[in-house]
Amino acid sequence: MTPIPAIVWGVSLVATLLPLVIACPLFVSIILMLTGGKLPARATTLLVGAGMGLCALFAVISAYSFLTGPDSLGALHVVLWNWMQVGNFTAQIALSLDRLSLVMMLVVSCVGFLILVYACAYMYDDPDIARFFAYMTLFVASMLLLVLASDLLAVFVGWEGVGLCSYLLIGFWYGEQANAVAARKAFVVTRVGDALFLLGMLLMATAVGSLDIPTLLAVGPHAPSTTLTLGMFLLLGGAMAKSAQVPLQTWLPDAMAGPTPVSALIHAATMVTAGVYLLARLHGLFVLTPAAMLACAVVGFVTILLAAGSALVQTDIKRILAYSTMSQLGYMYLALGCGAWHAAMFHLVTHAFFKALLFMAAGSIILRVHHEQDIFKMGGLRKDMPWVFTAFLIGSAALAGLPLITAGYFSKELILGSAYEVSPIFWAGALFGAFLTSIYIFRCVFIVFWGGHRTHAHGRSGMAMALPMAILSVLAIAGGWMEMPDAIANVHIFSNLLSPVLGALPQEHGTSLLIVGSLVPIAGVTIAWTLWRPRDVAPTPAESPAIATLRADWGFDTLYDRIFVRPFMVLAHLNRRDFIDRFYDLIAALTQGSGQAIARLQSGQVRRYAGWIAAGTVAALCLAV
Amino acid sequence: MNAADPNGALIVAVILFSLGALGVLVRRNLLFMLMSTEVMLNAACLAFIAAGNRWHLADGQVMFIMIVAFAAAESAVGLAIILRMHAAGRATLDADTGNRLGG
Repeated sequence: MTPIPAIVWGVSLVATLLPLVIACPLFVSIILMLTGGKLPARATTLLVGAGMGLCALFAVISAYSFLTGPDSLGALHVVLWNWMQVGNFTAQIALSLDRLSLVMMLVVSCVGFLILVYACAYMYDDPDIARFFAYMTLFVASMLLLVLASDLLAVFVGWEGVGLCSYLLIGFWYGEQANAVAARKAFVVTRVGDALFLLGMLLMATAVGSLDIPTLLAVGPHAPSTTLTLGMFLLLGGAMAKSAQVPLQTWLPDAMAGPTPVSALIHAATMVTAGVYLLARLHGLFVLTPAAMLACAVVGFVTILLAAGSALVQTDIKRILAYSTMSQLGYMYLALGCGAWHAAMFHLVTHAFFKALLFMAAGSIILRVHHEQDIFKMGGLRKDMPWVFTAFLIGSAALAGLPLITAGYFSKELILGSAYEVSPIFWAGALFGAFLTSIYIFRCVFIVFWGGHRTHAHGRSGMAMALPMAILSVLAIAGGWMEMPDAIANVHIFSNLLSPVLGALPQEHGTSLLIVGSLVPIAGVTIAWTLWRPRDVAPTPAESPAIATLRADWGFDTLYDRIFVRPFMVLAHLNRRDFIDRFYDLIAALTQGSGQAIARLQSGQVRRYAGWIAAGTVAALCLAV
Repeated sequence: MNAADPNGALIVAVILFSLGALGVLVRRNLLFMLMSTEVMLNAACLAFIAAGNRWHLADGQVMFIMIVAFAAAESAVGLAIILRMHAAGRATLDADTGNRLGG
């Protein structure tokens, strides 16, 4: 382990800009909260645009000067202040920029900027626009803290911050009870993971004596292997809940109750990938615990298939995308479990592009068909909104991984190749998942955009919505070209970028895997076309008990309802008058009662006072004698 | 009953005191209540005199004079309060209406 060059605050440009990357959205959020919705919508959007623009600009500048600077292979530490010192344990608020956090920082700030610009148009007419952007910018600040913090404790602050913002934004339209319930569900389920994460962190802190990530990576391997394994399992549990992996996945489909830009930013591009990023950051420890890695791979594998199966039968356009997000996150976990850190990070980046694009396009559709989300009530939208159609098509193609032209193809191929290395079963399952992916997303495309009109689209999507979609469309295609297999072209920009942190890219496989992987999405699209191509009769969702179960997330919700929610509700009902409270209530009642009884003595009647004096005297005399 | 035996005087004092206390408790007229307290004070005086006589000490008579002074002061203050209350528009001597001063 090479010593990390510590650069003191203010010495270099990057060290100055890095805190500002977090501070910009944070300040915007604080201003929006303090003005309490008094700012007009135009001022709010201008403020958000400026704040996020500066944030993205600073991120790009610091990334550029870091990569061209002398430490571009190592890490740059910016110590802001000492947080706490307890005995031997020290926690610092420090930011660290290395090539891994740089990639993530760029994704969060730039994709975040695009989504917030889009959101400015999407939410412009909402009366609570200031509250919306206060939460959104707070989210971006928390996410950037999570990404850049060099201490796990500070990472945890960001981790909780994004969880809080996710909760607030899912329940943004709290007037409807379903939204509030969805927000609470998301909060409680991710809280399970947060508790695991906290336990894992405490275990690592006691075993290693520090939560500083470089120290953790350097000293951690010397810890007892059982402690290490347990710690990694706990951290994995925390990451899984955040990323909606089986069995903690039930919150994500319901999280679509929030406004669509929220789904694009939080539940597709950034927050849900925080777990992937964290595990990639701790890969030096993760690789030492094969059991945790195997568990991670299996979880990813199962999630790919379950979520893809559910996505196949959904009728709500946003729920299709939610399940597809789960499924794509499953690919990242599979890659992490197979030790393919590059592949996981690459898929994270491309997924951020194309899934944000898909959500934006879906949001534009929803906005223009009067907030209709059922795909079977749309149809023929191809002619009404050709540009949105193009964007959605590009996003779908990238998600399905259509060969050569899309970003998703290259990242998915990288994962498939690494999975084959570990076990052909993983490879086959992931391939089948890719097959299902192309079917369900093109089912959505064919039903929504082809066929007869079943709804009327109105208006046009403004420039602020079109431009981010156009940029992300380009990225969803060209973003994959920075990393290609040798069989196609010898381009390894992405893996070369990350190699100093994540190690060299493993050896590639032959072209046969590649060809199979290229044919599968095409086959999927063909099947989708034969099943859902426009016909004379309007398509209807298939109905059967099995499909209903599939649509309801394989019955996970019902199961959790039976074994957790209902027993808890019964307990809570039984203990509605808290039995410990009863004891304290009793003391209060006694004091109050005796006070009232004695207060009755003070009647204001002189004769009664005299009587009490006489009685008291008699009693005293009796005692004395 | 010779002069040195205080028993008779003490019995009279107890009877007097009880009558006074009874008067304070049962009479509702403020004037009568004041008078009853005088009776109680006199009972105490009688007890002091009897005790002084028993032990041939002047202390009993000293206490008697002091109590008479107290009694005079007390009735002066008591009567003054009653007169003030009357002047303030309270046209009754009923002690049980004292809790309606509205203060």
